[in-house]
Amino acid sequence: MNLAARQEDFARAQVGTPSLGPAPLAARGLSVSYGVKPALIGVDAIFPPGRMIAVIGPNGAGKSTFLKAALGLAPKIAGEVEIFGKPVDQAYGRFAYVPQRASVDWDFPTQALDVVSMGLYRELGLMGRFRGEHKRRALAALERVGMADFADRQIGRLSGGQQQRVFLARALAQNADLYLLDEPFAGVDAATERAIVEVLKGLQAEGRTVVCVHHDLATAREYFDYALLLNLRKIAEGPIREVLTVGDLQRTYGGRLTEAQLAAFGAPGGAGG
Amino acid sequence: MMGEDFVRFSLAPLLIGALAAMACALPGNFLLLRRQAMIGDAISHVVLPGIVVAFLLTGSVSTWPMLLGALGAAAVSAVLIELVRRIGRVEPGAAMGVVFTTLFALGVLLLERASLGNVHLDVQHALYGNLESLIWLRSSGWASLTDPKALATLPEELPRMAAVAGLMGLLTLIFWRPLKISTFDEGFARSLGIPVRMVSFGLVLAAAAACVAAFDAVGSIIVIAMLVCPPATARLMTDRLATQVWLSLAFAVFAAVLGYVLAGYGPLWLGGEDSVSAAGMIATVSGLTLGIAALYGPHRRRDEAGEPQAL
Repeated sequence: MNLAARQEDFARAQVGTPSLGPAPLAARGLSVSYGVKPALIGVDAIFPPGRMIAVIGPNGAGKSTFLKAALGLAPKIAGEVEIFGKPVDQAYGRFAYVPQRASVDWDFPTQALDVVSMGLYRELGLMGRFRGEHKRRALAALERVGMADFADRQIGRLSGGQQQRVFLARALAQNADLYLLDEPFAGVDAATERAIVEVLKGLQAEGRTVVCVHHDLATAREYFDYALLLNLRKIAEGPIREVLTVGDLQRTYGGRLTEAQLAAFGAPGGAGG
Repeated sequence: MMGEDFVRFSLAPLLIGALAAMACALPGNFLLLRRQAMIGDAISHVVLPGIVVAFLLTGSVSTWPMLLGALGAAAVSAVLIELVRRIGRVEPGAAMGVVFTTLFALGVLLLERASLGNVHLDVQHALYGNLESLIWLRSSGWASLTDPKALATLPEELPRMAAVAGLMGLLTLIFWRPLKISTFDEGFARSLGIPVRMVSFGLVLAAAAACVAAFDAVGSIIVIAMLVCPPATARLMTDRLATQVWLSLAFAVFAAVLGYVLAGYGPLWLGGEDSVSAAGMIATVSGLTLGIAALYGPHRRRDEAGEPQAL
């Protein structure tokens, strides 16, 4: 079945919901390899709109790679991806990507507000003037993540949690319909994690779609309502209660989960959450 | 008569030196932040054999054949580095060092052969440039600056260097945002649709163009120094990118002017009778400035605040 047909199926499956249009993110047969080592093998996924979606799997399962390949940031060797029914290069402006915090040089000579302003690039273009209105919007985005007081701080002088908030504010400034975050909770303090979750749930409440690479099984059910389980291949996809079952998790993590971790989920479809 | 001598002997070299320094410092800012400062060094080494081969093939020293020669040499060196790395199983840094030094040495040998019977290209010229010889003979003091006839006899390096420095400034202005965003966060830049590979290639190409243009006028010593030293000095003085770029221009001009003056008069002040190479002195001044900034610059320490960067 081709992607368009799958999209129609998907649309039909949204019983009782008004016309949703194409899925925020649809991938078919997505395969990536770094050198000879496969990083992702034939992954199909169709993410429904307006959900908090977790991409879950063990280390090296290809979670970040899935996100990057979906956005054309990692070279795919096979497969197709559509964002809101269009190829990625026609969907710029509708999605916002938050890379892993460790992927950039925080010594860079720039301030928090300046980083957030980078989120306005598609509106400003090469030479468009950065006006007072733009500055207000960038400040409002910083305010939303509780970082307005640090607007003029060089980014290397922020804590890890503060840096992550600045990255989120940059995405907020993009005013996108689909947010894709790579490990937004990695190495941040508890207060920041709560603040980020709150902002993400706010985005969902506005009808936007949020996708996070996530590795903490203990919080997955609390934060997300839909999940894609990966371990090089797709293991399962669907509403999180249906997907985070002992069987699926065993298949995702192999023997790597401890009894205690599994117990947290109870029996398949059980009482948890 | 001091003014007359100054205009005749020092004005053009000072301007050319300052313009060359600024043309190199501009792309140098971004190369530095991309941890690619070595590329600048590499370009300026590879440029030599490229220019000599282009000169041997075309018999002219005009800018375009030289630029093409330099770019061709850059491509050859990229292939050679990869070969040395794979066949010799040498680490990338060492492979680069070997290839660039060898190509530069080859360039020196070629240059020696090529300059037999030709006065324009020679080894010393390539290394130190000929800044001191770029004099404005027909001038008769400051009034010549408004005399079209006299202006027409300015050394041709001056308008060429001014054009290249202007072009670098224009490119930096136009592509400021994509340059900044893709230098800071390449993944994010790509998610915005910024063609990061083209930006990256364009930056190296612009740096190569600045090198080639500056090389002929002022020699490779200044080129190597100016790609790295003024931006690195400026980085230690500020935490804002725009300020860093402006400061790097100021440091570039400072080194060019002070270096030129010290080279010309320094030995006299010390009781000597001769002058020393202006190119060498300019590069030395820029290096010393960087050293002072490294010791006393306000933003020299990176990790004094915030949590340790564990990741």
